[in-house]
Amino acid sequence: MKTLTNVKDLQLMANTIRQDIIKSLIEAKSGHSAGPLGMADIFTALYFTILTHDPKKLRWNNRDRVILSNGHICPVLYATMANAGYFPKQELMTLRKLGTRLQGHPSKIDLPALELSTASLGQGLGVAVGMALAAKLNSQKHTVYCISSDGEHDEGSTWEAINAAQKYKLNNLINIIDRNNIQISGYTNDVWPLGSLKKKYQTHNWKVFEINGHNFKQIISTLTKAQKIDRPVCIIANTIPGKGVSFMEHTFEWHGKVPQGEDAKRALKELGTYNG
Amino acid sequence: MVEQKSTRQGYGKALLELGKNKKVIALCADLNESTQVTHFAQKYPSRFFQCGVAEQNMISMAAGFALEGFIPFASSFGVFLPMRCLDQIRMSVCYNKANVKLVATHCGLSTGADGASHQALEDVAALRSLPGMTIIEPGDYEQAVQATRAIAKHKGPVYLRLHRTKSLPLPKCSFKIGKAQLLQKGTKVTVIGSGPILNEVLNAKLNFKPEIINCHTIKPLDTKTILRSVTKTNKVLVVQDHQVSGGLCSAIAELLSVQHPCKVDFVGVSDTFGESGQPGELWDKYGLSATHISQKILKLCKK
Repeated sequence: MKTLTNVKDLQLMANTIRQDIIKSLIEAKSGHSAGPLGMADIFTALYFTILTHDPKKLRWNNRDRVILSNGHICPVLYATMANAGYFPKQELMTLRKLGTRLQGHPSKIDLPALELSTASLGQGLGVAVGMALAAKLNSQKHTVYCISSDGEHDEGSTWEAINAAQKYKLNNLINIIDRNNIQISGYTNDVWPLGSLKKKYQTHNWKVFEINGHNFKQIISTLTKAQKIDRPVCIIANTIPGKGVSFMEHTFEWHGKVPQGEDAKRALKELGTYNG
Repeated sequence: MVEQKSTRQGYGKALLELGKNKKVIALCADLNESTQVTHFAQKYPSRFFQCGVAEQNMISMAAGFALEGFIPFASSFGVFLPMRCLDQIRMSVCYNKANVKLVATHCGLSTGADGASHQALEDVAALRSLPGMTIIEPGDYEQAVQATRAIAKHKGPVYLRLHRTKSLPLPKCSFKIGKAQLLQKGTKVTVIGSGPILNEVLNAKLNFKPEIINCHTIKPLDTKTILRSVTKTNKVLVVQDHQVSGGLCSAIAELLSVQHPCKVDFVGVSDTFGESGQPGELWDKYGLSATHISQKILKLCKK
């Protein structure tokens, strides 16, 4: 397992992952761009600093579990896993193609390195609750990480899971919310205003941290602290959708489409020049 | 007099026994007593998970347990499980091939006085098209006991369809997943049914003995046993306390229309909701009683 500790190295890796996301999406010709780019820093921190995992031992009992509940941002998961050594990087170019292990949305049956097939929003956190309870029954010490979107907090089932984690006082469960304020048809505030996620989680007796999802020092110190809290932890990661590609940043229009032609060249060019 | 017991009671008894296996856990959406999970919950509190009135999350949790190697039994009423949480069953259970046992009680008109809101008549239709799903409806208490034991050993998602009302034991009880049971050898007509309503089939007044098959496993169908009988009789009546559309009736029609086209008729609920009443009254009003069954058998004989 490759571990990065230095912020500069993490930033470089995140940039590589962003390049890989865009390259795989250009090749696939469909998919989601903004969300994956926005979460590249969090995924880099998880897979290269925080997680206890071994890409060569998929079913290792003590591995931390990662569930990507908002499965549509899977290009960032695939690109991160490939860079972490779960599968060859060239496989990223098979994204969404017939026979691929990298399905348009995550499929555990096709890619056993995944913990769960996801992408029907509002289900991942509930499965994570089940896995966290299972870990307790088995007296295991690993952490169950769920990555969810702000948009999927529209789903009632997400709130059922939030309640369940409270009831069972799951101190081995961390939900990271990608708070990028967009969903497919608009800004979250216009489509379905969520109010204060922080207050809502606190009311359900979760410990809440709010962070800048692009600040590695903050991401890593918060994720480290979160493992020692005596109840479920929610990390609201404020992220910039489309981060790294200027014309995609902060726009909901790039939620569910991929760059083509001149846009594709521009996106790669912007990501190709890393200036810290 | 022979004691009457419900299929849900059989489940409750067998689940309690299964508790000896530490991998077996139970989840329930605030219906412990009604679904009979209560016996397990009392004896094995650390392996019982109360999920509140939140069936969708219960199924997601069950998938999480299954993916970590446990054998979760998730229980509720048929109108809530699978109807409320069909997406979770499709995505988190079936698509992940998660070893979850879905157990629904209060299925069919026989649920009785609770009325239409609580009579699951569409549950099998909702689940039958999900890849990898096994669907079982035991005919009596003892078969429910055996089915519960069997599904714990079976790897993969299973739906167990159970009933609230007590019923008489069927003759020759036995159970093997996917192996239909020849309940009565006979001639002229093959009657294929599932669930305690098979008692109505046995009570149908006729001057001959039809062949009766207890088709407790609705998916996958035991095509061999069914076709062996139908090849002989060429006339089939399918009986289920469920909508005609999408349940056992449809499953048999799909099989026969391709493999052995012949005269077929159905006894089931015809595109309507139920209502409050006693089980017998409801079967009578909605055309599922022994009298209706014998009439349909006679009609088939004349065709």
